[in-house]
Amino acid sequence: MTGLLAAAPVLAGLDPPYWVETLIKVGVVALLIPTTALILGIVFLFKVMSWMQSRLGPQEAGPKGLLQLLADGVKFIQKQDIVPDAADRFVFKVAPMVVLISTFLLYVIIPGSPNVVVESLDTGVFFALAMSSLSVIGILMAGWASANKYALMSGIRAAGQLIAYELPMVLAVVGVVIQAGTLNLNGIIAAQADFKIGPVPFPFFILTQAPMFLVFLAAAQAELTQPPFDMPVAESELVGGYQVEYSGFRFLFFFMGEFATAFAFAAIASVLFLGGWSIPFVTYDAADPNNFYHSWVFWLIGPAVLFTKIMLVSFLIFWFRFTYPRLREDQLQKICWKYLIPICLVWVSVTAIAKVVM
Amino acid sequence: MSGSGAQAAHTAMDYSDFLRQWLTVVIFGFLALGMVGFMLGVGSLLRPNPGKGGTYQGQKYLTYESGVDPAGFLWSQTQVRYYVFALLFVMFDVEAVFIFPWATELERYGTFGLIEMFVFIVLLALGLVYAWRKKVLQWL
Repeated sequence: MTGLLAAAPVLAGLDPPYWVETLIKVGVVALLIPTTALILGIVFLFKVMSWMQSRLGPQEAGPKGLLQLLADGVKFIQKQDIVPDAADRFVFKVAPMVVLISTFLLYVIIPGSPNVVVESLDTGVFFALAMSSLSVIGILMAGWASANKYALMSGIRAAGQLIAYELPMVLAVVGVVIQAGTLNLNGIIAAQADFKIGPVPFPFFILTQAPMFLVFLAAAQAELTQPPFDMPVAESELVGGYQVEYSGFRFLFFFMGEFATAFAFAAIASVLFLGGWSIPFVTYDAADPNNFYHSWVFWLIGPAVLFTKIMLVSFLIFWFRFTYPRLREDQLQKICWKYLIPICLVWVSVTAIAKVVM
Repeated sequence: MSGSGAQAAHTAMDYSDFLRQWLTVVIFGFLALGMVGFMLGVGSLLRPNPGKGGTYQGQKYLTYESGVDPAGFLWSQTQVRYYVFALLFVMFDVEAVFIFPWATELERYGTFGLIEMFVFIVLLALGLVYAWRKKVLQWL
């Protein structure tokens, strides 16, 4: 361990060739995605959910049942890969892949520290919104190709819901973008670190964009088709919806996609509204190479800080998931078009005026 | 993480950082495909593959309809309501394309940009109000 610590500044100073660097990033992200899905699944879906609903939850597999999800994964791997005779074979098989790939690309832009990021794209948030909306296509494909009435209904409902809730999500992001003046996620974090009204520092955009934060959370929940916005996969009327004909690994892909996307959305929310990797009242200076945020220690601290914020936001998301009853299809569309979008338009205008006047 | 000016010299390839960033994105797209393919490949080695020969169980490949035999045509037509929401979506999504470049440069445009965008947002909001008044947003 001490050897590793001694080597770390040297490692941080290295600038490996592009291909080596990309290979390392690829390896890290490939490991990260199943891990995040597992963490959220175990901590929230099993432990917090059973705690909130006053029941025991899984107890048998591993210490305190912590390995239950791994055991479930092993079970899914052994299952036969069934494609119904009536289904459109090719589209049926490809659909879960599309969903997982859209999740995968979300992880490209999430920054763990100024340096720990796959690519700090200048179009960061916009890229994230575009990639997350790809999953609609996968879900619609799954719903259509299953040749199942439940799946078809669910696919259409999901498409209607996902595109509707994409708008509040986009507009909620616009508020932050106006305030920060950039789409780059690291840039947005830096803008939060030194944002002041007069002499008073406001280290997080949640302080000025609180309505947008709530709208973003609601929209993220709808994009994940989680309760209370789970009409497309409502098990009591659509028996699982577009997932109904899937078994084995392809079913697992949908599950992994949902939870890894939940993690990615929580990460984006914590970057936009909670300052991402930045620690409140520690100043950030992008030009100064001796700044604390550029030191090698922060390569480790940054992701840890971000992870803490992600778990906080995830807790909120899953809290709503476990405690609210399901909304009806019409209520769901009504909330989006009649409440969330107007709120967003008003707040975008308020932010824009404040930005120009101040 | 792309190299700073002094350190970038050792990369023989002479494309800009911008293109290189998007190259990474493309690589990640293929990686995602590769990972999904790899998992399915491992899965196909581990899971039972009875094929449709001797052990074929026809019932298993029927469409699921809560246990009864599937009835009627499976790719049925659906309500037009979803289509209207899709149209509304297109209207607002085009807005997003225009609003992002404006939002990043608002400080430079100042009051002029503010007024211009207000005209745009008000027009869009009018579209929403029109749909609202026409009872398009009402489910039944």
